[in-house]
Amino acid sequence: MNLRLFSSGPRTAAIIAVWLAASASLPAAAAMTPGPAPDFTLHSMAGSNLRLQEQRGQVVMLNFWASWCGPCRVEMPRLNRLYQKYHASGFQLLGVNVDDDIRNAVGASSKLGLQFPVLLDTEKTVSRLYDLSTMPSTVLIDRDGRVRYVHLGYKDGYEQTYEEQIRELLRE
Amino acid sequence: MAATRGGRAPALPGSPGMRPLLAVAGRCIRALIGTDDRTACADGARLAGLVGGVLAAAGAKGADLPEDRADTMFHLYDGGGVTALGPAVLIRKSLFDRVSVTGSYYVDMVSNASIDVVTTASPYHETRKEAGLGLDYVYHDARISLSGTHSKEPDYTADSTSVDVTQDVFGGMTTVSLGYTRGWDTVGKHGSPTFSAQANHWQYRFGVTQILTPRWLMSLNLESVSDSGYLQSPYRVARVFGAAVPERDPTTRTGRAVLLRAVGDIGSRSAVHVQYRYFWDTWNISAHTAELGYSRHVGERWLADAYFRYYRQDHALFYSDNFRAEETYMSRNRQLGTFWDAGPGLKTSYAVGRFASRFDVKVNAAYQWLRFQYSDFTDIRTGKLYSFNASVLEFQVSATY
Amino acid sequence: MNAHRTLATGLMAAAALLAGCGIQPWVKPYERERLADPMMKFAGEPLADKHREHVFDVREAAHGATGVQGGGCGCN
Repeated sequence: MNLRLFSSGPRTAAIIAVWLAASASLPAAAAMTPGPAPDFTLHSMAGSNLRLQEQRGQVVMLNFWASWCGPCRVEMPRLNRLYQKYHASGFQLLGVNVDDDIRNAVGASSKLGLQFPVLLDTEKTVSRLYDLSTMPSTVLIDRDGRVRYVHLGYKDGYEQTYEEQIRELLRE
Repeated sequence: MAATRGGRAPALPGSPGMRPLLAVAGRCIRALIGTDDRTACADGARLAGLVGGVLAAAGAKGADLPEDRADTMFHLYDGGGVTALGPAVLIRKSLFDRVSVTGSYYVDMVSNASIDVVTTASPYHETRKEAGLGLDYVYHDARISLSGTHSKEPDYTADSTSVDVTQDVFGGMTTVSLGYTRGWDTVGKHGSPTFSAQANHWQYRFGVTQILTPRWLMSLNLESVSDSGYLQSPYRVARVFGAAVPERDPTTRTGRAVLLRAVGDIGSRSAVHVQYRYFWDTWNISAHTAELGYSRHVGERWLADAYFRYYRQDHALFYSDNFRAEETYMSRNRQLGTFWDAGPGLKTSYAVGRFASRFDVKVNAAYQWLRFQYSDFTDIRTGKLYSFNASVLEFQVSATY
Repeated sequence: MNAHRTLATGLMAAAALLAGCGIQPWVKPYERERLADPMMKFAGEPLADKHREHVFDVREAAHGATGVQGGGCGCN
């Protein structure tokens, strides 16, 4: 039997490895560009409606998360700490939850002990508005309502960068 | 900023999830044949943008460290005169959020009174132990895994080393993986202290997992396995005109396998999974494996999976139940004959709960029943074609933390 | 054999097709909730899968492509 498919295992493996390495080194496409942060109104878990534009004057961090997203759950306690530390200085943290079922959002939120407002984006309108490409995503908006920093995904240590950027925006 | 992609949405049939997929395919084909001016094909910048959309959707399986866990398992196989059972443990811990270390230990205590054994020798007991060590490292969107195993039984030692790379591409919708395993075996023989032979193995793996819709996933896996050296058993005999002669297998073998799988969420907390594998090798064996299953969440704590597996293969070129003439290569190893095996299986998982606010404990139990039916291997005790039933059981307690 | 070369060519062509037409990922991360369910995984429990694969490897000639990594034994 004349078997050609990856008959030279090492050669085929090398080709695919080079392709993977090449694709890894290409720059990631930006999901959100700096500019005015698109306005929206969402229902919060506390019951009231919350509008982004009303937060002007404060430094706002939008964190897109879901109960089923592992890294989101790891990030939450650290965001909680940042909120408790800087809220009095004019820092607002809004957790935009994208669960299909609100009950999962409520359950996760209470299990994680979240102190900051959690907005419910079940229809995914805000996710689409912000072209959400990664879970979780964190957007930092300055006092004038402009998007200044965007973080896609979460890795250990990101919270230190968040803190530096929050302090920088609070000083403005 | 808006997510509406350019182009008319064609009125296509199909579920809501499939429409974007079909729309995209249609646009692509029109672009390729030149009827759609808006889509520029083979555009270098577009290519970079697409392949460069390598944002790991954090939470996607590919490029995250596997979760920390501690598993203890009891396994049992009983069928065809063979009973094999034993414990196994696995512990995995991540360090510095970048590296994950895994250690495993597996014990197999075999009581062998199979048809091969009872017709040529006497039943025996033997214990095999296997230890494994693994390392996982995450770099950008890729996960690199290194692992090694060492398996030891009184007359056989097998070592292996593996490298695997897994990468998320295409916005996390596609996961590509490559793997390589190298194995070294030393074959011994009871009662012959001077007998020693070697076998070498090379395995090359390639896999693609693709998200099709918000509810359907599919994967394609390819593997090539090459063996060289002493590939037979020093105990097994072939039959020539009813007389027993030691078996003779070729000293090289290359086999390839292609596996296609799909799993889909069909609503009311249940899913369907299906898979098919085709295997062929240079010993002229070709085999088909098919499996169909249904999974369902039951209540808040239970997850059950019921499935049916079917396997059939054709015999190796040098296999015969009873040779009519002496050949260069001769084997009566029923693993290389023509047979089918099939049976249902059930897997269940029970979420016990969270302990010490850290450990999520689950209990898993899996059972599979199989029937083996041979077409060209006779039970020399009865003269009829051989067949038997078997049970496979795994019982495991695992804690993730 | 031609079938295998066709498969390889087909895979490369599919990749080129996707790349050349500038397709965007059509299932957004926030739409992947159903796919994050444990019953949607291909790989189950590492130890249990390893055992089941071993049971089949010892009795069936076919092996590979299942995602369970190799290790040997003299079990047949």
